[in-house]
Amino acid sequence: MNDQNLVKMSEIDKSFAGNRVLQNVNFSVQAGEVHALMGENGAGKSTLIKVLTGIHSRDGGTITVKGKDVIFSHPKEAEKQGIVVIHQELNIIPHLTVTENMFLGKELSIGKTGILRKREMQTQTLESLKRLGVENIPPNETAGNLSVGKQQMIEIARAISTNAEMIIMDEPTAALTDREITSLFKVIESLRKQGVSIVYISHRMEEIFQICDRITVLRDGQYIGTKPIKETSFEAIVKMMVGRDLGERFPERSSVIGDTLLEVKDLARDEWFEGINFQVKEGEILGVAGLMGAGRTEIMETIFGAAKKSKGQVLLQGRPLDVTHPRDSIRAGIGFITEDRKDEGLVLNLSIRENVALTNLKAVSCGGWVSNARERDLVDDLIKKLHVRTTGRDQEVKSLSGGNQQKVVIAKWLGIEPRLLILDEPTRGVDVGAKKEIYHIMNQLTEQGVAIIMVSSELPEILGVSDRIMVIHEGKMAKVFKRGEADQEKIMHAATGGE
Amino acid sequence: MKKKIVNNLSQLGPLIGLIIIVIILGFTSDSFFTMNNILNLLRQISINALIAFGMTFVILTGGIDLSVGSILAFGSALTAGMLASGMDPMLAVFIGLLAGLLMGAVNGLIITKGKVAPFIATLATMTIFRGATLVYTDGRPITGLSDSFSFEMIGKGYVFGVPFPVILMLIAFAVLFFILRNTIFGRQVYSVGGNEEASILSGIRADRVKIWVYSITGMLSVLAGIILTSRLNSAQPTAGTMYELDAIAAVVLGGTSLTGGRGWLTGTLIGALIIGVLDNGLNLLNVSSFYQQIVKGSVILLAVLLDRRSK
Repeated sequence: MNDQNLVKMSEIDKSFAGNRVLQNVNFSVQAGEVHALMGENGAGKSTLIKVLTGIHSRDGGTITVKGKDVIFSHPKEAEKQGIVVIHQELNIIPHLTVTENMFLGKELSIGKTGILRKREMQTQTLESLKRLGVENIPPNETAGNLSVGKQQMIEIARAISTNAEMIIMDEPTAALTDREITSLFKVIESLRKQGVSIVYISHRMEEIFQICDRITVLRDGQYIGTKPIKETSFEAIVKMMVGRDLGERFPERSSVIGDTLLEVKDLARDEWFEGINFQVKEGEILGVAGLMGAGRTEIMETIFGAAKKSKGQVLLQGRPLDVTHPRDSIRAGIGFITEDRKDEGLVLNLSIRENVALTNLKAVSCGGWVSNARERDLVDDLIKKLHVRTTGRDQEVKSLSGGNQQKVVIAKWLGIEPRLLILDEPTRGVDVGAKKEIYHIMNQLTEQGVAIIMVSSELPEILGVSDRIMVIHEGKMAKVFKRGEADQEKIMHAATGGE
Repeated sequence: MKKKIVNNLSQLGPLIGLIIIVIILGFTSDSFFTMNNILNLLRQISINALIAFGMTFVILTGGIDLSVGSILAFGSALTAGMLASGMDPMLAVFIGLLAGLLMGAVNGLIITKGKVAPFIATLATMTIFRGATLVYTDGRPITGLSDSFSFEMIGKGYVFGVPFPVILMLIAFAVLFFILRNTIFGRQVYSVGGNEEASILSGIRADRVKIWVYSITGMLSVLAGIILTSRLNSAQPTAGTMYELDAIAAVVLGGTSLTGGRGWLTGTLIGALIIGVLDNGLNLLNVSSFYQQIVKGSVILLAVLLDRRSK
């Protein structure tokens, strides 16, 4: 046996209710490597990790840790063998301090009295954080006051304090600012040097090339292959994931830009942003770039009427748009696809049908009564148009993959036949195939004359899709670029406050 | 269609529970399955069922209403007072129901505009409305109501042999069932309870939806109170005390989630039947009222535990 492998999973099979979700999957991680695990939503990545850590039992195959066969029946057992998962939703209790979070469930006490050894715990917390090269987190701070990036550091510190040898990170950068991503990568680098293995799950291709050593790709529950990152390319990985050539990453655009639809004049909202001036024309895509927390989402919420402006004016086709509730903007033909689809976009325990109907209740009803037939027609039509992969309109949205959930959110807003569609991080947590479909939908809309504002933190996306790019820095407009004028450096420069 | 049936299978729990209880009582008591007893039983549950229907709406939006019993008492006292002073019975009933609607709206306004948690808000109004009832009645029952046929009909009448309160309950059930299932408002109730933020961003005025569910509940509570008043031919200042608990129990027994967004009105009707059948059956079996409470509580606990298990 090859003992270089810290963890080796061979020929893993797993079915749920007769549905084969993993079939002969191989996955092995060497000590001290950063290994990317990729695949479209629903390819089986999470299931594979859950089989590894004992949340799911496996139907077939073997797992060895350091050459020894193991069967974990609970994540705690995996943790004892040094395998720790850091989930996208962090396991931090916001009301407790950093130290209390670090020692949650394994507090140090004097003998067996239960009296805490607070000072000792603090020192150890500081040490663990130092080992990560993180020094700006005070151990007595309440965890909830820290940024998501810092909370994530606490989790990583907690993992290595238990002598983790392999840390699995599930979409770790999804909620981080660029600066935080940089420091996360530094931490990953230093962990690698200390011989800790990282399994890195992400949809962001750029990151994979930046920090990973090898990549394993799954598709439809099957093992497609493992390759050193140096011997592969963006196109090759996409092909492995989708099983075919996707062609251009950003589809060709051919819309005709028309008259000004929306005009924002000197818009401000309390401490969030001020002096925002811009226009969007029919058939145009305006990209909005900036760092996380720069105020992009807040600007969009204000235009949409979900938050009050303190100054300024919004004009729609030259007429002032006075909105006090999202309902007003929806009537005016504005749709808003929010950044967080689980908290703000969908009612998770309702069906696709009910979610799509939510913004279209007037249209599918008559005198307050919902017409089943009209509702069905509208929903089925949109499901078809957007290629939502589902068992039917009555499927709960909770059970859909991220990409398909996002399509349901889009469907909801296409139903109102918007004139202006605001999309906030429309492709976050969405796989490459679905991403391209979303770009395609955006193109179709602009061809019909719809104006689009797209907020995104992914620079390639901003550059690939937008006609114009507005950069926001700390609540102010930093710069506006025309298509072709901008590149990643210029945008980053403006976004970080450079002149 | 096929899917719908399967979907509903998981909701069958409460019904199966009811059937089991009914079978047991049928075997142990001779008088349980008499027409007389069944109609009597249905009339007994109509009061709790009406309140519980409203409570279902409130709980579906993720709220709770502890003030239903006090609203019932105030509405009944008001109606009785007007009757005693010789007002036209139908007008008195109408004003009473309107007062219920307004008391509910007050709850809704405190919760939405004042941003007070529903539990706290209705805990406070429960006390306030009870106090108002005591002030209005001077702490004494209001008697000597009108001998109008129409008012007596509400609580004591029969239509084709069916007690009138039962008919009122069934009409309310049918109307509310369709509102919940087939109207925009019904859809909004579920979505606000499932995810308020997403609902607002979808253009739904969540505040209005909430104010309405509390108003509906207030009105239904007074309707229940008027039935009670008509039956007793008097309004008691302490009427409806602890009724909120039976109503909440009926909703929960019916399988509606206390966190909101999930549930159904039919379940609540079944829940109210379970509670009513237990009360009735244990009485028929001459079980002491002390033990009755223990049995009732245990059944509620058991039902909720089984529900957890199946999820």
